Amino acid sequence: MAKQHANWSPYDNNGGSCVAIAGADYCVIAADTRLSTGYNILTRDYSKICKLADKCVMASSGFQADVKALQKHLGARHLIYQHQHNKQMSCPAMAQLLSNTLYYKRFFPYYSFNVLGGLDNEGKGCVFTYDAVGSYEKVGYSSQGSGSTLIMPFLDNQLKSPSPLLLPAQDAVTPLAEDEAVDLVKTVFASASERDIYTGDKLEIVVINAAGLRREYIDLRKD
Amino acid sequence: MSTSSVELPPKGGFSFDLCKRNEMLAKKGANPPSFRKTGTTIVGLIFQDGVILGADTRATAGSIVCDKNCEKIHYMAPNIYCCGAGTAADTEAVTDMVNSQLQLHRYHTGRESRVVTALTLLKSHLFKYQGHVQAALVLGGVDVTGPHLHTIYPHGSTDTLPFATMGSGSLAAMAVFESKYREGLSKEEGINLVCEAICAGIFNDLGSGSNVDLCVITKGHKEYLRNYQVPNHRAHISSKGFTFPKKTEVLLTKITPLDEKVEVIEAGDAMEE
Repeated sequence: MAKQHANWSPYDNNGGSCVAIAGADYCVIAADTRLSTGYNILTRDYSKICKLADKCVMASSGFQADVKALQKHLGARHLIYQHQHNKQMSCPAMAQLLSNTLYYKRFFPYYSFNVLGGLDNEGKGCVFTYDAVGSYEKVGYSSQGSGSTLIMPFLDNQLKSPSPLLLPAQDAVTPLAEDEAVDLVKTVFASASERDIYTGDKLEIVVINAAGLRREYIDLRKD
Repeated sequence: MSTSSVELPPKGGFSFDLCKRNEMLAKKGANPPSFRKTGTTIVGLIFQDGVILGADTRATAGSIVCDKNCEKIHYMAPNIYCCGAGTAADTEAVTDMVNSQLQLHRYHTGRESRVVTALTLLKSHLFKYQGHVQAALVLGGVDVTGPHLHTIYPHGSTDTLPFATMGSGSLAAMAVFESKYREGLSKEEGINLVCEAICAGIFNDLGSGSNVDLCVITKGHKEYLRNYQVPNHRAHISSKGFTFPKKTEVLLTKITPLDEKVEVIEAGDAMEE
């Protein structure tokens, strides 16, 4: 008898897209605010972005229950770090922690597709991109989620990422100014909302720079 | 004489020869490509003077929008229109086919087509194909016997109703109809109610979106209102535009001049287009 497969899945996909772009002295992290299941919208006003540390922000799409659990776990670990080291975790440190946390559940994964963005210890923008089980890479820009197949090729075209295999190792951060990068993100989400049914409603943009963290919202298509 | 066999014309209908192979492939993980479906909200209602049909304009292939402004209200006869939900190819093909059949029937009888004729032609075709032709239709029109509105399901069953909705957004639209519909609506009220119902589908159902199309049919007159409402605009247009400096690299250029072997005769009749 062929093995019987479960007719219940512990996972669900709540849709949505996230993007992060690293600049010379800033980092832009953005995600839409639509939470959906199947063909229904659960809410138009859900934040997929979480501040993990002063200069470190994570945006996650996928199964939001797992994302919430992951955010809680990382928040708790960060608090312990602060007590033990008397300082905030840097973005590269948080990046490694996230990778290890995801791989810890290698055989019952967090259904969470993450991009981590922030400033490193020198104040330069950095973006880390992940798969569901913790494989990660430092990149100049990335997108995850249902609209990523629509967004990524356009970012590749506009931000011209050099191949990570080239030596000497080239700087991946974009030479664009902060406002140009934010404009690019808005355009990219406007386009993704046109063609991806799971992306839309509102766009939440978080910008981290030397001055701190600022948040911006713009309306997207609601259909 | 050559011994090759003459190709017989296909017998018509569907060939199910590849079904077993497809099943085997699916088991091994090679799934067939998704069809273009019209995720869809389609509605119809009967008002004082006739029938109003409404539809959204989004066509999806999986979770991607493949057409942002497609036409889902199909012409069947001068006094009959049909909205289609389900697989786009199926709705197009079946409405096209019955449209032609109705026209031939009009020539044969010399009379205006009746809605029940279209209904019977559609339902018998769909029943014959046992639900494999995935077309869910809202058929409406005004003929000598008065205004009519019907829904037709993919397996061939039909309902005759004063107001109807079909498609993935049908629940959202029906919620509006059930709250606000009453008999004897005026044309204004009917149009507004249909727009509200379609908008409910557009904004609350992810399979429906973009614009509202309407068709108002009354005795001896019809109005096809394409894009009656356009409630969804592009969210953001960059003021400075984008440049695309990356050009395709030319790695190798090789030009082989061809020898002319054919003599071109200048005089002679031009080929018919």
